[in-house]
Amino acid sequence: MWLDHAETVALALSFKIALVGVFCSLPVAIGCAWLLARKRFFGKPLFEGLLLLPLILPPVVTGYILLIVFGHHGAIGRWLDAVGLSIAFRWTGAALAAAVMAFPLLVVALRNAFESVDRRLEHAAATLGAGGWRIFFSVTLPLSLRGLVAGLALAFARAFGEFGATITFVSSIPGQTRTLPIALYELISTPGGEGGALRLTLVAVIVALLAGLVAALMLLRGGTREAEA
Amino acid sequence: MIELDLALQRGEFSLELSLRSSARALALFGPSGCGKTSTLLAIAGLLRPARGRIAINDHVLFDGRAGVDVATARRNLGVVFQDARLFPHLTVRENLRYGMPRDATAQAFDGVVQLLQLATLLKRRPGQLSGGQIRRVAIGRALLRQPHALLLDEPLANLHREARVEVLEHLRGLKREFAVTTILVSHQPDEVIALADQVARIEDGRLEALESAETFGASTQSLDAPHRVAAG
Repeated sequence: MWLDHAETVALALSFKIALVGVFCSLPVAIGCAWLLARKRFFGKPLFEGLLLLPLILPPVVTGYILLIVFGHHGAIGRWLDAVGLSIAFRWTGAALAAAVMAFPLLVVALRNAFESVDRRLEHAAATLGAGGWRIFFSVTLPLSLRGLVAGLALAFARAFGEFGATITFVSSIPGQTRTLPIALYELISTPGGEGGALRLTLVAVIVALLAGLVAALMLLRGGTREAEA
Repeated sequence: MIELDLALQRGEFSLELSLRSSARALALFGPSGCGKTSTLLAIAGLLRPARGRIAINDHVLFDGRAGVDVATARRNLGVVFQDARLFPHLTVRENLRYGMPRDATAQAFDGVVQLLQLATLLKRRPGQLSGGQIRRVAIGRALLRQPHALLLDEPLANLHREARVEVLEHLRGLKREFAVTTILVSHQPDEVIALADQVARIEDGRLEALESAETFGASTQSLDAPHRVAAG
């Protein structure tokens, strides 16, 4: 393609970070979405609010909180450093930032998907001897698949475009944390970088459009099919 | 032996039902909203009674006083819901196999498929079936669970005439072939007469009468007679 080496590296890194971030947060998002869709418990609104916090907070604030917690001097970061799993200023840290920022979108999409599954089918599965896990994996999850794919697409797009939390938490290190949005920001701030900025903008728009298209297709054709009209 | 002694509240509606029946096929008969389906859901473990005792063939499923409330999945009942509730993402074969015990034989599967004439439908999905076929698959799926009792909730409801005849014929065959205790919920006298040995008439959440299918048939026909004459 017409991207130069640094731009290609930033693009590849963004893909890697977004994919790892989204897929690592998926099991937790599934668990939280299921709790919100299926259970009533004390403090549920507060729990929901906390889950949505990264969507509401300024990304820089989220990045700074991550730095405080996972940085070299942070409560968890210090411990991670001690066991040789440091994530601050590394691509794994950028993946964590992407995961945190994309997490609410994934939870919201999954919650809606789980809520759209006809609970009577889950009851039918129970009468056929299925326990909670089997019902979830054989009925609830397959019937939520479109919502899951839509959520993954939106979360991927959000993670791919993550900027504020990432630059605050892991800075801009070429090949490690310098993702496409950060590279774009630096090109805009550099004299003569307009061409590169335009190229990366085009790539970002294409990726976002494709993700949006996947999500729209899934949601348009979604909805649980009833067992019988 | 079917032992039902249950009390439950659903909004304004209260159900207080107490009966013992040794019939192999017991029908819960009454108008819509009288508590038949609530009773069936309580037996299946999908509604929790406020108090009482539910036991079928000495299997205690619920006993409020003794603190017994067997989980739905472990009640080992075959439930055929009024709306069938086939899994739309699974084929007919997968639906049928869903509740089969691990040690169930291929012969058991083939036997039910043959009895309910499902062989040509096995690869289809529920969305590709007619109303009567859906009901037959639901019955087969419940049977293949190898339950110690079968619960049928209005198995012929919302079916057109031909499908009603078709499913009713299969249910008759099933009664002949399988010696399984059956509880049938219905508000259709012909369905009750064809399938039940004993009938519990339920009215407004209370048991009005427990009578043999013959007595029920005779009383229903005498009630129907003036209408027939008028219609003729």
